[in-house]
Amino acid sequence: MPKVTYVHPDGARDVLDVPLGTSVMRAAITNGIDGIVAECGGEMMCATCHVYVEPDQLGRTPPQSDDEKAMLEFTASERKPNSRLSCQLVATEEFEGLVVYLPETQV
Amino acid sequence: MPPPVVAILGAGQAGFQVAASLHQEGFTGRVVLIGDEPVLPYQRPPLSKAYLAGQCGLDELWLRPREFYAKQQIDLIYGDPVTAIDRGRRLLRLASGIELGWDHLVLATGARNRMLAVPGAELDGVLALRTLAETDVLRQRLEEAREVVVVGAGFIGLEFASVAIARGTNVHIIEITHHPMGRVVSEQTSRFFTGAHIRWGAEVLLGTGVARILGAGGRVTGVETTDSRQLPSDLVLVCIGVIPNAELARDAGLAVDNGIVVDEYLATADPAIFGIGDCANFPTPFAAGRVRLESVQNAVDQGRCVAASIAGKREPYRKVPWFWTDQGDLKLQIAGITAGHDQAVIRGDPADVQFSVFCFRRERLIGVESVNRPADHAVARRLLAADPMLSPAQAADESYDLRTHARRIASSPGG
Repeated sequence: MPKVTYVHPDGARDVLDVPLGTSVMRAAITNGIDGIVAECGGEMMCATCHVYVEPDQLGRTPPQSDDEKAMLEFTASERKPNSRLSCQLVATEEFEGLVVYLPETQV
Repeated sequence: MPPPVVAILGAGQAGFQVAASLHQEGFTGRVVLIGDEPVLPYQRPPLSKAYLAGQCGLDELWLRPREFYAKQQIDLIYGDPVTAIDRGRRLLRLASGIELGWDHLVLATGARNRMLAVPGAELDGVLALRTLAETDVLRQRLEEAREVVVVGAGFIGLEFASVAIARGTNVHIIEITHHPMGRVVSEQTSRFFTGAHIRWGAEVLLGTGVARILGAGGRVTGVETTDSRQLPSDLVLVCIGVIPNAELARDAGLAVDNGIVVDEYLATADPAIFGIGDCANFPTPFAAGRVRLESVQNAVDQGRCVAASIAGKREPYRKVPWFWTDQGDLKLQIAGITAGHDQAVIRGDPADVQFSVFCFRRERLIGVESVNRPADHAVARRLLAADPMLSPAQAADESYDLRTHARRIASSPGG
């Protein structure tokens, strides 16, 4: 299972084993990681599971769909080039060692 | 003096949100969340979509894991329904006999399914889809079903129909009006979805009611329509709308009119009692009068608003409503409330299966229905949050850039 690191705004880190096929959002919710809200449950109707992916690792993540691009306009914290909705980051073998940064706020 | 107690009646999406937001908003008293279903608070939208289709498991439905409630100091009581609200003594009485005092009471009691009042409605195989328990029964029965009749072509009925037909089940959809989802979408969108279900292989009977449900040996065998057709069936799903759970409020002397009547702060006439989510009837600038909405967005945003209010940050509730439904390969996203429009224009081409219907009332944009056009939906939410200042001609003109328009109105004075 790939290990994914969640970095909180204060620098604290949580490391989770994310099962293949499970999203970075779902793993955070299931393990009670603060900082991911996921109001719509992964339907790309909100932007409350926003994360910043370690820029060097963006190539390991799946491409953005039109739905994701549209919803990224609603992030409560600044949208950056490495902004993603973590519900769309479904773990593959390539996620081993992935680092995502949690934004200051999701709402 | 003991710390203040917030009692939240109902542990669905709205009640959960109040509990989750109260401490974040700075509330330091006790939070008690009371649900009548015997399980942890869960998300309902996947029940008629991914969960029903077997694409997501039970562990993905919980809003938060069990440990969350202890960590957040939320007293979660579930499987113990509230039987009475005593306003004079500020007490709740639970089915188990527990009495609980409160200083603020949030009614997030949701709604229940309307029942079909026809002979045979009690037969085995006549099912509903609202709770997790009902969905588990439905999911199991669907595995063996060959002929499904869906009574009521709203979001839930059509979502179920699309899952059933994808499994290779024969599906008949009966709708009493001539417009599926007609309470919430325009005629244009309604017609498009009707066509899609027919294309997928369902039989869609419009302007048709159920006369009775037929059975043998206590089990359903078919449905007789009001025009005397007999449809064979081994599974009948009834989804003909809901009734808000407002009896406890009414018995406590609070006003009830299609839901618990609340003001723009979501408070009842008793300022210590709030009503939110599916059970609340509230005034909104996004409709001509009062509304009662059944959606995740409404539940979550109203939950946040009330939590802030209890924590001393009182503001009127004014969030842009949004909704969605997934049916087959179609995703319908709605921003605003389109009911009551007097003009609708289409952006894009329904033949491309990517279009939006922009709905206007007296030339003002009131809502947008987007099919597989997420960018239109995103821009619509922005436009509706301000004065949209968008004309029907601009909406219909695909060369007119809506994002630029949205940016312009956001930066205009008073925008």
